Order: sequence, then C-alpha cells, then structure tokens
Amino acid sequence: MGPTIVKNEIAIRARGLSKHFGSLKAVDDVDLTVHRSQVYGFLGPNGSGKSTSIRMLCGLLTPTAGEIEVLGLTIPEQAEALRQHIGYMTQQFSLFADLTVRENLEFLAAVQNLPSKKARLRVDELLEEYHFEGRAGQLAGTMSGGQKQRLALAGAVIHKPELLFLDEPTSAVDPESRRDFWEKLFELTEAGTTILVSTHYMDEAERCHRLAILDRGRLVADGSPAELTGTLDGRTLLVETEMQYRAKQLLVKVPGVISAAQIGNSLRVLVDSDRDCQRHIEAALSAGGVGAEVRPITPSLEDVFVAVTHQQSNAESPQEEPEA
Amino acid sequence: MNGRRLFAVLIKEFRQMRRDRVTLAMIVGIPIMQLVLFGYAINLNLRNLPAAIADQSNTSASRQQVMDMLATGVIEPVVSAETPEQLLALLRRGEISVGVAIPYDYERRLALGQEAIQIMVDGSDTVVQSAAAQLAQVPIGEPPPENDTRLPDRQSSIPLPQSPVSIVSFYNPQRVSAINIVPGLIGIILTMTMVMFTAVAIVRERERGNMELLIATPVSSAELMIGKILPYGLIGLIQTSLILLLGKLVFQVPIRGSLLDVYIAAILLILANLAMGLLISTRAQSQFQAMQMTFFVFLPSILLSGFMFPFDGMPHAAQWLAELLPLTHFIRLVRGVMLRGADILELWPDVLALLVFIVLMMTFAILRFRKRLD
Repeated sequence: MGPTIVKNEIAIRARGLSKHFGSLKAVDDVDLTVHRSQVYGFLGPNGSGKSTSIRMLCGLLTPTAGEIEVLGLTIPEQAEALRQHIGYMTQQFSLFADLTVRENLEFLAAVQNLPSKKARLRVDELLEEYHFEGRAGQLAGTMSGGQKQRLALAGAVIHKPELLFLDEPTSAVDPESRRDFWEKLFELTEAGTTILVSTHYMDEAERCHRLAILDRGRLVADGSPAELTGTLDGRTLLVETEMQYRAKQLLVKVPGVISAAQIGNSLRVLVDSDRDCQRHIEAALSAGGVGAEVRPITPSLEDVFVAVTHQQSNAESPQEEPEA
Repeated sequence: MNGRRLFAVLIKEFRQMRRDRVTLAMIVGIPIMQLVLFGYAINLNLRNLPAAIADQSNTSASRQQVMDMLATGVIEPVVSAETPEQLLALLRRGEISVGVAIPYDYERRLALGQEAIQIMVDGSDTVVQSAAAQLAQVPIGEPPPENDTRLPDRQSSIPLPQSPVSIVSFYNPQRVSAINIVPGLIGIILTMTMVMFTAVAIVRERERGNMELLIATPVSSAELMIGKILPYGLIGLIQTSLILLLGKLVFQVPIRGSLLDVYIAAILLILANLAMGLLISTRAQSQFQAMQMTFFVFLPSILLSGFMFPFDGMPHAAQWLAELLPLTHFIRLVRGVMLRGADILELWPDVLALLVFIVLMMTFAILRFRKRLD
C-alpha cells in the first residue's frame, strides 16, 4: 500500500501552481487552500484554467512549476497513491456509452478495488440512491444529459472517496437537474466528502462554501461568496429608466463606471470605488436628457467577477504592451 | 497487476465488443471476403478473355486447332476478324485481349516444324499475359487427349509461337494457387485487422474521454493494455481457425505439419501485431490517424513479406526492410509448417525474430503509455 493519508483540516494546498503549454500560460502562479468537508468552487469563463488546474490537482497533468499537496500527498509524485482516495468527474461524459448503467458501475467498482460482494451491494445502493432502479439495463449512451451527469457522479463516488473533483458537472444539464445535482453534492459534504467543483454559472458559484475566481490562468479573488460580494459594498447601483440604450451610452463615459449591463428594464452599474459616483451618474443622465432613478443594490457574484477581471486587465495591460 | 481489475477490464471489452456489430461483422467478414477474393479471382483470370480469331488457313486442321483453344475456356470469341491487321486494330482499341492468327500456310509450317500460330496478347495487363501463356500450351497439330484438354503434354507441344508481345511468366497463376495463397492469407488478415483493431480501440477511448476517467482510477497501464490485447488476441485465433477451416473445405489446402505449430505461429504474429497496434495508439491523436498509421505498416507488409512477390527476387534493401516486418517471418513459418510439413523448431530463426519483435514493441508501448494527459 502507498503512504498513509494524514488527517488534517486541509484537503488541498497548492503554492505557485503554474502550467504552460508553449507560450500559453494556462495556469499562472495560483495559490489555493481547500478545507475538508466543503464545496470549493472554481469560477471562471472558458479557457480560464479551471480544467487544467483540476487535472494538475488530481495528478493527471504535471505542473510546469509549483507545489501541490492533496490529502497530505505530494502531487504529482504520489499521484498513484492518491487515486483510490479521489473521485473525478470529467467535463465531457466519460463513462462507457456502450455499456449499461449497471455494467458501468460494476466496472468502476472493480477498478476501484471494491471486493466483489461489497461491489454488488454498493452498485445496488447507488442505483437506488441515484434513481436508476428502472434503468439499470439501459445503455449509458442513450440517456439524457441530466441522467448521464447523475450516473457520472454515482461512478465517481462508488468507492466513497474523501475528495471529489467535478469539472463543470452541470454544463449540459437543465436547471431542475442542476438543482438535484447540487442537493446530492451537499449530501456528500454532509458525510464528510470534500468537493472541488468548477463552474461558469454564477448561481452555482453562490452555493459553494468558498470559491476562487479564475481569469486567464490567474486566481483573481477567493473567499466565501459573502466575503467576495462584501468587498463591493456600495459599488453596485441599479439604474431604472425607459431609455436603457441611451442611458448605457451615457453611463460608460462617466468616470469611475466599470460596467453597465442591461438587466431587463434596468441597468446594473458597477463603479470604481466608494467615490460619490451615484451623484455623477445622476448628473450625467439628466444632462443627457434621460429620466432615471438610481439606487444602490446588493452586489452579486457576477459583479465581483466583473470587478476583479476588470482590475486584472487594467493591471496587465501596461506590462503586455512591450511584448506585443 | 491486480487480477480483479484485469478481469474487470476484460469483461468490459467483451461486453463492448458484443455490442459493436460493425467490428463483429468485420471479424468474420474480412477473412471470408479475402479468402474468396484471393482464392477465386485467380481461377477467374483464366476464363473468358475477349478474343478474336483470324483463321486464314481455314482447313479442317486449323478449325480443329481453334476448337481446342476454345475448349480451354481461356478465350471467348467476341468479334470476327479476317486478317492479323484487323486483330491488331481490335487489340489496340481494347475490344479484345487476345488475338489468334492462323496463317494461310498453317499446315505446311506445321509439317516443317515452324511456328504455325501467332497469339497476340494485350501486354498492358500482365495477368492477361500469363493467362495467354496457358493458351500457348495447348498442343498444336495433334488431337489432345479427350478427357483433359488443359493439361499440356510437353512432349507433343512444339515451341511457343512468336507473338508480338513476349509472354513473361511474371505472376503465373498455374504456380500460385489457392494452396499457396491461404497460409499467407492468414498473416495478411491478422496484420490488417489486429493492428487496426487495437490501435483504433485505444484511440477511440481517448477521443471519447474514457481514458481520462480510467487513468484517474487505480487501474494500471499493464492492466489496461493486457485487458485490451487478450480479447483481440482471441479474435485473431477465431479468424485463423476460420481461414484454416474454409481453406480446407473450399480449396483443399493441406496442413502437412502439426496444427499446433500453425497456431503457435499465428499466436506469435497476433501478439506482434497487437503490440504494434498498442504502440500506434500511443502516438495517434485520432482514430483516423490510427488508421493511416496502420496502412503505413500494412502496405509494406503485403508487398515485401513474400506473400505477393518472391522474397529472394527483391533488392537487398527491400529484403532488409522486410526482415523488420513480422509478416515476413510468419509467412516463412506458416508456409514451412503447412505446405512443407516442417516442425516449427526447425524454423527457429523466424520464431526468435517474432519474439524479439513482440518484446520490443510491447516495451516501447508500455513505456510510452503514461497515466498522464501530458
């Protein structure tokens, strides 16, 4: 057997994690700490380095630089010992489409070293728990997106891993299935499992205990959703007006306005800092002949995301110019 | 290596294989199709070549000679012609493949022992040439034995008539019979299917993302590879048995040596090809690339192994290259055992060559297969 797993409060710790593909810095100097029994989220757009980070953390990719410790094991050196303690759900459905639900689970149980008797019980248990009673004989490839995700999750937890990596598990799933899926995740954390999940849905990110926002390979913010939105207190405004398009054109010219996004009949405006932007905005709108009501609004994770990625590109642009 | 995990991979492969109708059809279809094509195409070559006959002599003797030639079934008159010039024109236009010209002085030439008949052959097709060679062996001037007109009696036949195109015994269908083809065909089919099946099977798992899931589990590279190889190896043995059985039933191909030796040779070739397929799978990025690489191996195998052309007739460079191909060694083994009744141990250099090939390929494949994505 491999080295024993040290039980401590921290499930994943990464320092200076980087992965370069040629000149592309897919992941760039990321520090990360994930506590046990939590749902930790990676939030970021496509290409922000979420999948690459997850693959490095479970030992499938070798980092260009940085140190990783997962469940007390040094990765990638001790990746083989780690495998039986983790479950990994890939972004793309990766169970066997030409095997039935039961056959897939039986295969995974055996591959995860469950003794045959235990495996049979566990497969039956999962079939019931994940609502596959009537479908055990159905080919996995013929199932709907939501069912496939459920099956993939069942497969990933078949050996009751301490740590689950889920790479955009709900990207191809309808809202109701997504909700059910998250219920399952919280049941798992309740039982002590640590979950690292990547997503580009804000509503999912809000459900995480803690999350990291990734942008072009960098970790630009991390903390609990409340901490993250707390940093934006007083910086989000709602502009209610009949002339949204005209208002938006005026707003983006006001100094201190970072973004103005149209949400239905109103505009959601993110401003620079707690300078007295509200007054500037009101002034600019009335000068432009747009009647509007401006009032502060509670910041959302989306605002956090816009704010931090904006900072990031501002900080980056002076450095990038000489290269280009 | 863990027995339960290996067994799980094996079961999974068999279950997937059972549902893959196309592959199953190929497993049975390819050997049957090739056996029939190679086995019968050769006989078909000899029959019903479009021909014209210009009998200028038009005597009872010449007419008898024409009847004898027609009786061979090699040629079938499709147009009429009166002069050799007309025959040449027909030949040039591609209307006929064979022209038979019998001169006015046929009987006098016969009496003098001179060339009495001219056979004009479309030399642009070597197979037609060789078919016509058989025609030239029809005894001239004497009534052939009633029972068999196709067996030439060398004593009674006079020299070949001069023809405008020389008849070269390049790929003589009389020598290369189904008996000669079938043993080699086992090797051809195993090379074609085994390399491709394994290479494609693994690349397909990578393309579908199954591999990423698998390498994140405790299953080892060796378990994955052996779990892949064994089911396909079994298929290879089924194919071998199918060809041997059909060869025996349809073409009466003998197995003069021991059947066990034939299977030992087949297993060696199967393992060599599966190992090569594994190595290809570690390189290929897509199923299509895997197929292309397979053909890169398959074509030289067919051409250089001695299956199609005699090994000793090839230039030295080609011979050295052929020595690197497992099929070359298998063909020597299987022909030795099946046709000459040799013991496989007498042919130990080829056994050794195959073993070395297997070990090398397998080592490279396992070294190259990493449980990593990069």
